[in-house]
Amino acid sequence: MTDQAYNFAYLDEQTKRMIRRAILKGLAVPGYQVPFASREMPMPYGWGTGGVQVSAAVMTTDDCFKVIDQGADDTTNAVSIRSFFKRTAGVKATTRTAEASIIQTRHRIPEDALTESQILVYQVPIPEPLRFLEPRESETRKMHSLEEYGLMHVKLYEDISRHGHIATSYAYPVKVEGRYVMDPSPIPKFDNPKLGDCPAIQLFGAGREQRIYALPPYTQVISLDFEDHPFDPSKADHACGLCGAEHSYLDEVIIDDAGGRMFVCSDTDFCRSRQEDGHKGKDAA
Amino acid sequence: MPSQTLEGGFTEPAVQSATAFRSVMEAMARPGTCHTITGATPPSPLSKAAGAVLLTLCDTNTPLYLAGPTDTPEVRAWIAFHTGAPLVGPTVCAFAIGSWADLMPLDPYPIGTPDYPDRSATLIVETDTLPSEKAALIGPGIKDKAYLSLPDLAPIQINHRLFPLGLDFIFTSEATVTALPRSTQVS
Repeated sequence: MTDQAYNFAYLDEQTKRMIRRAILKGLAVPGYQVPFASREMPMPYGWGTGGVQVSAAVMTTDDCFKVIDQGADDTTNAVSIRSFFKRTAGVKATTRTAEASIIQTRHRIPEDALTESQILVYQVPIPEPLRFLEPRESETRKMHSLEEYGLMHVKLYEDISRHGHIATSYAYPVKVEGRYVMDPSPIPKFDNPKLGDCPAIQLFGAGREQRIYALPPYTQVISLDFEDHPFDPSKADHACGLCGAEHSYLDEVIIDDAGGRMFVCSDTDFCRSRQEDGHKGKDAA
Repeated sequence: MPSQTLEGGFTEPAVQSATAFRSVMEAMARPGTCHTITGATPPSPLSKAAGAVLLTLCDTNTPLYLAGPTDTPEVRAWIAFHTGAPLVGPTVCAFAIGSWADLMPLDPYPIGTPDYPDRSATLIVETDTLPSEKAALIGPGIKDKAYLSLPDLAPIQINHRLFPLGLDFIFTSEATVTALPRSTQVS
């Protein structure tokens, strides 16, 4: 049931036009953060206001919408954003990755391979990969324009000198088409290889920081590394306790107060569909 | 005011502009692919596709340049009523519309600055008869290679060499839209 008190997909048309223009610029210059006039949304910053605005700007009445929060379809954030668009846009919602045409995500890329008919919308907290190295926007902007990314390599090098390996495990910086260094949002580095050469359109929205950026399909995305310390998309060295998957990203769940724990797929839809297909992990009931 | 001015816009703006934008976005994300775009009936000489692109992307914040024969009193009145876009010359425009020959040369259009490459113009190129010669496209959004009929290669190649600065092109013809972002390499 569409809430008739609001425009289709909540935002007014002028706001959507502004966001749409920013999305086109983002697609034309992959990895570059396009400033946009982010609006107040009926949810707090940090709950996906950027992603929601991008989703609202690309959504049509024919879409089927899925939201994941760290891989899960059933967390508060995912459930509330899904029902927000069911109410304001009247779109169908799903939890199945394969059925969705727009997938809004917080900090994960679905395990199932995406297709050309899908759009992946990321919620981004801090879009600027250099922000924690250089707090001044005027300076980071200059560094991007001059392609001056030495500082980022120094940071990864300091990781190696302190820990013996690159200890950055999420929001791992990538270079897009050999030009812009981009923050892939806080996805685990396990997901980084899925960014590049992806058939789907990937859009990134940062509401509080007022930036939109994008990766067109089949864009070259390289995780930064060194010849002697190549990029390693690591994960917990276990199989999923429920579905037995060995190549999915896992969450560690504490199950008692005696040190007991289990590892389960972070992608709930992937795990459920595997269980429905008869796969069973060692902790499955 | 002639009724032609008042008509020809989206009848359901929110829903139709969303569908129209998806066509434009798919075109920009996958250079060389053609997409149907409908919903607008602008006065001639504008095509339906160009009209829909204008209604989807232009408003009072986007200075528009009408090149050559597109600059008629009817078109001016239609754009003023439906979008409110200020009409300007090529040097300060955010969007420009016209045939390839009328939009030439590309030098005066804003190409963005190194700090803000997004502050560049998007050219909506009306194409009736495309030369049969097809250019090969490679770059982001293209799996291996795509092919597209282009009116001219040299200015587009020069535009690509400016990357990340440069102009983006949206080609419109009847009810079809296709696009060529600055990131695409043309040969």
